[in-house]
Amino acid sequence: MSFFDAFLNWDVFVQTLPLLVSGLTITISLGLCAIVLGLAGGLLLALLRLYGPMPLRQIAIGYIDIFRAIPLLVLLVVIYYALPFAGLRLTPFTSATLALSFVSAAYSAEIFRAGIEGVPKGQFEAARALGLSAYRRMSDIILPQAVKLVIPPITSNSINVFKDTALASVVAMPDLLKQATQAQALSANPTPLISAALIYIALLLPLVRLVGIFERRLAAKGR
Amino acid sequence: MAAIIDIKGITKTFGGFRALDGVDLQVAEGEIVVIIGPSGSGKSTLIRCINQLEEHDDGTITVDGHAVQKGADLTAIRTELGMVFQSFNLFPHLSVLRNVALAPVRVRGLSWPDAEARARKLLERVGLRDHIEKYPAQLSGGQQQRVGIARALAMEPKVLLFDEPTSALDPEMVGEVLDVIQQLAKTGVTMIVVTHEMGFARKAANRVVFMDAGRIVEQGPPDTLFDAPRDERLRNFLNAVLSH
Repeated sequence: MSFFDAFLNWDVFVQTLPLLVSGLTITISLGLCAIVLGLAGGLLLALLRLYGPMPLRQIAIGYIDIFRAIPLLVLLVVIYYALPFAGLRLTPFTSATLALSFVSAAYSAEIFRAGIEGVPKGQFEAARALGLSAYRRMSDIILPQAVKLVIPPITSNSINVFKDTALASVVAMPDLLKQATQAQALSANPTPLISAALIYIALLLPLVRLVGIFERRLAAKGR
Repeated sequence: MAAIIDIKGITKTFGGFRALDGVDLQVAEGEIVVIIGPSGSGKSTLIRCINQLEEHDDGTITVDGHAVQKGADLTAIRTELGMVFQSFNLFPHLSVLRNVALAPVRVRGLSWPDAEARARKLLERVGLRDHIEKYPAQLSGGQQQRVGIARALAMEPKVLLFDEPTSALDPEMVGEVLDVIQQLAKTGVTMIVVTHEMGFARKAANRVVFMDAGRIVEQGPPDTLFDAPRDERLRNFLNAVLSH
């Protein structure tokens, strides 16, 4: 068996492509859901941590620390395999979305906090002096500037979340990786796995490059 | 006439440092008060307490009849107080026009077209008609500070607070900003100006207040204060700033 027959077998590729595409769809929807929920949760946590009333602030700090300490795979397995014993049975997709966004929210919270703290003090003062409400100070003045500061690390974190979707194959999620392993078993050929790897790279490589471009652009502004 | 700003015995400490040590100051409507004094004398802290960018420890501040204190409706008070900062503090992500129009929309409830019309008029008044669509970073320091003044004016405040408005400017731009402030002084708006520009103080002020070590040491009409200073600290200060 030649190298090409084994690893880049065209016939196998064409045969298993539909399976890979269905897996890819799930990977993408899981990735997007987790990224969006993680960002929203992270922003909320960052605001609570910075400005929340005392008990909520402590809870936010506790959450952020715990969810950065727990391995994602462990959390995923707990949600999917342990929660049913407490009467909570979640689908693989829901379990994976929750696990990914819980952890991503903790990391995003720290990124957003750094961004908010990176906005010069004078901006807060000018906004207060004008009489803007706390909500308007955040939405109109501080967050637009803070988000701009943290676009590189937020993109980086989103890439990580997207890559971690592959862990969902552990809880029987028919995502790209799971479908590729399935296809490999069916065709007795590793081509689907290689294809899956290439698809991940093709999707994420441009984003990785983009982070570099963002970072250079921000550095050039020299703020 | 009742004072529009009435400050009684306020104190403020930062850590162990006593920035304000029992300051009384009444400002009448339409009055132009210029505060001078060495660095660290408490001038900036004093005007930052008026709109509560700093919370004072003791004493009372009344702005147009409203008590300024913890838990007070600060929005109502702040809308009556326009502030111009040493470092401009324009919003870098908003155009010049938006910088000026934002607060009237968000706080006063104006529509965007109305607020932008008002902003255009004000920007024209401070000589920036051709820079309306630019962003702050595209402007010189003097231009930025004039936007800062227009932004404060857009809320139609009863009192304008200037916190060293020309201290961060290159020397050749100080004049254009002081000109705008002097024009404003003639319109009858109440102003409190913290500055090191003695020429401006002499020309524009109704009253000059000299602060040192967190207290008001001497105050009076500019001619009296500059030509016949009584307190030794004021004499030393004037010697130091006017000798070169």
